[in-house]
Amino acid sequence: MSITRIYGLFLRHFYLITRSFPRILDLVYWPSIQITLWGFISNFFATHTTYYNNAVGVILTCAILYDFLFRTSIGFNMLFLEEIWSRNFTNLFIAPMRIGEILTSLVITALIRSLIGLVPAILLTSPLFGISILDLGIFLFFLFLSLYIFGITLGILVSSGLLRFGPSFENIAWSTMFLLAPFGCIYYPIETLPEIFQKIAYVLPLVYIFEEARNILINQTVNIENVYYAFMWNAFYFSLSIALFYYSFNAAKNKGTLINMGE
Amino acid sequence: MKNLIEVQDIKKNYGKKEAVKGISFNVEEDEVLGLLGPNGSGKTTTIGMLLGLLKPTSGQIFINNLKLEENRIQILEMINFISPYIELPKKLTVKQNLYVYSKLYKVKNIKERIEYLSEKLRIGELLNSITGELSSGQKNRVSLAKALVNEPKVLLLDEPTASLDPEVGDFVRTFLEDYKKEKKISILLASHNMNEVTRLCKSVLMMKNGEIIDQGKPEDLITKHGRTNLEEVFLKLSRSKSEYN
Repeated sequence: MSITRIYGLFLRHFYLITRSFPRILDLVYWPSIQITLWGFISNFFATHTTYYNNAVGVILTCAILYDFLFRTSIGFNMLFLEEIWSRNFTNLFIAPMRIGEILTSLVITALIRSLIGLVPAILLTSPLFGISILDLGIFLFFLFLSLYIFGITLGILVSSGLLRFGPSFENIAWSTMFLLAPFGCIYYPIETLPEIFQKIAYVLPLVYIFEEARNILINQTVNIENVYYAFMWNAFYFSLSIALFYYSFNAAKNKGTLINMGE
Repeated sequence: MKNLIEVQDIKKNYGKKEAVKGISFNVEEDEVLGLLGPNGSGKTTTIGMLLGLLKPTSGQIFINNLKLEENRIQILEMINFISPYIELPKKLTVKQNLYVYSKLYKVKNIKERIEYLSEKLRIGELLNSITGELSSGQKNRVSLAKALVNEPKVLLLDEPTASLDPEVGDFVRTFLEDYKKEKKISILLASHNMNEVTRLCKSVLMMKNGEIIDQGKPEDLITKHGRTNLEEVFLKLSRSKSEYN
């Protein structure tokens, strides 16, 4: 792995973001709107339901966590799509970059993109709604890390599809998170789901992450098992996504997708 | 003279379609080899395989005596490519693009390298311009700068002067001649501009339907086929069915 090459690809996206005010605005705008909206909804629920009485910011905290996941996943896909849209894809793949270097660079860049959007949104929650996501304590870090890994995993899976099937796979890139959201139990406990859906939810790391966030905020206790299962499923899906990416890269070399990408 | 590119019986099939049907050729050090053929003859597929973007169905490719299949990264460090069909990121400035690619190719003296190429390709005044806002002639010179940023031993050119006006086209051809003379690099040139091929190439390969149907020095081919220029030879070979199919 070459740090220079990883840094080089990071720079390509860093320049792109910092050169364009609308791009920065776009990164900040949606998370802030999302959080503000959910802030008012959570305020309403907090005053009208008993379930959320003990933790005013449960919905808002989960909204922030979900937004982080969403931004990470979409952010990773965007980095890949940018290369296709700008017809730079071939240039990138004829540069002497290992797949690991490309992925590492995109993983780092996706994190920075997500943080650019998330930090202002988190800062907004305190003055507007009197809520701090830091109430999750040290476990906030583990929950964020888990979501980050899963977001990246989804990004890599979708990028594998783009490699294998070309730009026509783009629509899937936008819909993955929406497909998984109901099973993630972001705003409701898993018992809310029908039994068959619960079975699906239990093999995703999301349910453990959001159940644990609610558990910490409502019951003020920590169930380490949830954190463990989230990481276990993450490790499984992340390994799977890496393997699939390599497979798709080789398939693209056989099929000729790499040379025709963007045309 | 040492062979920098050695292609041994490569084939590429897309399902049942045979895009390249077992071709072999070499490109020597300090040689410009022209790759000619009508659209769909297998030129781009061949270049794609040389760049490691396509996996040959069978056959072997060696660049600088290294087997491509096993030394992809090492080989990509010493080759580069330019085509009007691929572009540099449009929103970045020319300087940013050259800097990024210098990093990707691990160029040591980036500043000096960019200055050298800017001067040679007359893009100094464009360095702070947005790449997407350049004219096609300017974009072409910037793409060429990117393709030379790693001081490649092997340069693959796919229609390097397509869509350029005669003045810029001539500038690029003269630059390539001078650069090759100075750096002794090997060039594989795929082009439909027969004057360009005649001017730059020591020898040419004529491809059709995935096969090499003739090869030799441009002047020898003209004599052999009883024509007055390479374009007429190209037309004869492209249109001929019975003799070469």
